[in-house]
Amino acid sequence: MTMIFRKFGLALLLLTGMSLALAQQTLRIGIEGEYPPFNQIDQNGSLVGFDVDITHALCAEMKVQCKFVVQSWNGIIPALLSNKSDLIISSMAITEKRKEMLAFSNPYYFERAIFVAAKKSTLQITPEGLKGKVIGVQGATVFEKMLKEKYPGINVRVYTAVSDHNLDLVSGRIDAVLGSDLVMKPWLSSADAANFEIKGAPFVDVKYMGYGAGIAARKSDTALIAKVNAALEALHKNGQFDAISKKYFKDDISH
Amino acid sequence: MMHLYLEHIVAGVGVTLLIALGSLLIAIVLGLFGAVCKLSDFKLLHLVSDAYSTIVRGVPELVWMLFLFFGAQIWLNQLIGWLNGWMEVDSIDIDPMIAGIVTIGFIYGAYMTETFRGALLAVPAGQREAGLSLGMSRFQVFFRIILPQMVVHALPGFANNWMVLVKSTALVSVLGVSDLMHRASLAKSATGNAFGVYLAVCLVYLAITSVSIWLLRLCEQRFSRGIRKAVSA
Amino acid sequence: MNELISQLQTELPDFFGGSTDTALFSTSDGLILTLLLQLIPMALGLALSIPLAFARNATSVWIAKPVWMYTCLFRGTPMLVQLFLIYYGLAQFDIVKDSSLWDYLRDPYCCALLTFTLNTTAYTMEILAGQLRGIDWREIEAAQSLGMSRWKMNMHIVLPSALRRSLPAYSNEVIMLLHGTSIVSLVTLTDITGVARHIYSDTYNPFEPFMIAGAIYLMLTWLITRIFMKMERRWLAFLKPITANSRAKTQ
Repeated sequence: MTMIFRKFGLALLLLTGMSLALAQQTLRIGIEGEYPPFNQIDQNGSLVGFDVDITHALCAEMKVQCKFVVQSWNGIIPALLSNKSDLIISSMAITEKRKEMLAFSNPYYFERAIFVAAKKSTLQITPEGLKGKVIGVQGATVFEKMLKEKYPGINVRVYTAVSDHNLDLVSGRIDAVLGSDLVMKPWLSSADAANFEIKGAPFVDVKYMGYGAGIAARKSDTALIAKVNAALEALHKNGQFDAISKKYFKDDISH
Repeated sequence: MMHLYLEHIVAGVGVTLLIALGSLLIAIVLGLFGAVCKLSDFKLLHLVSDAYSTIVRGVPELVWMLFLFFGAQIWLNQLIGWLNGWMEVDSIDIDPMIAGIVTIGFIYGAYMTETFRGALLAVPAGQREAGLSLGMSRFQVFFRIILPQMVVHALPGFANNWMVLVKSTALVSVLGVSDLMHRASLAKSATGNAFGVYLAVCLVYLAITSVSIWLLRLCEQRFSRGIRKAVSA
Repeated sequence: MNELISQLQTELPDFFGGSTDTALFSTSDGLILTLLLQLIPMALGLALSIPLAFARNATSVWIAKPVWMYTCLFRGTPMLVQLFLIYYGLAQFDIVKDSSLWDYLRDPYCCALLTFTLNTTAYTMEILAGQLRGIDWREIEAAQSLGMSRWKMNMHIVLPSALRRSLPAYSNEVIMLLHGTSIVSLVTLTDITGVARHIYSDTYNPFEPFMIAGAIYLMLTWLITRIFMKMERRWLAFLKPITANSRAKTQ
């Protein structure tokens, strides 16, 4: 009887699958995996994208092992704060609110916000013009906050991932979508988006969108951030950043 | 383009089944323990297992999953911070799949408690008395006499709980586990063919439930040997 | 402690369709949405399941088999998959988008109502059909010998008896439906769980929002259990075991 209990207890302990990390030899990188072309999961289940390539380059530069931890966007910061990951390299905008909880590296690229709607739609991108319209946005992003505060009177639909609001835009459930230009432009060139275009001009609102996208770590990990900044600097110097940037976008997005 | 993703989606069945079976194991253990506690003479055990089954069954699985997955990590970190004083432990990382298994097992342990409690009550009290009078220890009586007879009474409820458990593994995708639903959702974003993707998932779940129904029917036939039925078949 | 209370004060109104500066129940988010998503499918499901339960037990295979396939589909697959199938799946077909149904199907609220109604109808129908099969053949014989027509027999003898006996299992189904409504937060609706997730992604603290959500669901579940207990006490009184006290009450 006791043998069975002992074996069972051991099995249960092993089952909890705890891995005791003794030192920071493997960096766990939090990533969303549903934000093409920055990060996405292809049909073989492997992560690909701009953020993925940057991560590999940075880790090679910093001489550490990197392991990706895939997390949906609305849980990515809590995962970092609760020690499930060490860095977030997933196109996170550097905002004042986030800086209260996290330490950010120097920005590694800059993006602008755009509205996307059907070609035949006559949407006016003003608070009055958008009143009462149904606009889709990804949850827990700077775009969601901006939409809710800058344009009151809009019917905001919050989605878990970018592809979900794109699907609903195509099917006509929502009138428009607010998102990053670097993400929406590649989508607009795909076959599904044939009847859609950018409305109004791309814009940046520093109050909500912050100062570009950065790599995030816990507030106390300042040494780690310094290492990341140094590695990022090196990538710019030896042209690797440029190469990766040009692979996904037509030019260098760090300006 | 869908067929490229189909293989990846169906391979997620393995993960889903692993999660379901792992949770079932935990649920059975917790259920037996809880049922015994509920029927025990100690008021405290009775109270604790009562609270467990009532509270766990009163809150939706999704809320439990989110609460336990995100909350447990914070508790663990506090534990680590406390342990860090005298052990060189930097962080404990829990795999989302393990977290999913433990969470679902914990939730369905409460449902199993109710099922097993009803089944234990259905075994005649005389069986236990006979075992004790023969000089068997209480453990021996429970595992050799009560438990085998309890199985046939527990099977319908157990089968029901298993079906619900299998279907609730679909929610684990919310925690980021790369199971069937998560892969289906990725395929949906990539191909835009939501109907085809989710139809495939439906068929997979139907297959799992059909096989389960067949297996459980076999179990019922095996365990009800020697029991007189009210109506002859 | 004070911090906890002030945090609860800011978060609690959101669950009831308000916020710190708007009145409670000013929007139909949170509790109201959950209740609507539960009560409407429940009512529709009960109404639809009665004829379907009879159809399930029909002797004609052309009626019984399709109904059986419908139950198999909706009981054998997760509600989440059904919701996604109806919400995302139907939206990609042009025939759906051009039809008049699109005015309803484009709204996630209607999609959720449709999914929950279909789902709860399947489960309720199975419960009812099982009880219909279990009716004592002697009752049927007695009704027939009294010259009751099929319709009269079903309306006055079979159905009331079956409905009463389904009460315990049906109460389980109602609670399962309540818990099932929590998945609508995945299709842009903000019910109780949706509000909790929104607060969590804002504050990164999982304890308060999910505990509040859990407490609200617990209260609702308790309420449903009490209501069904009262119903069982009234309508299943004839199934209560005879004790010394009950004897005394009747005399």
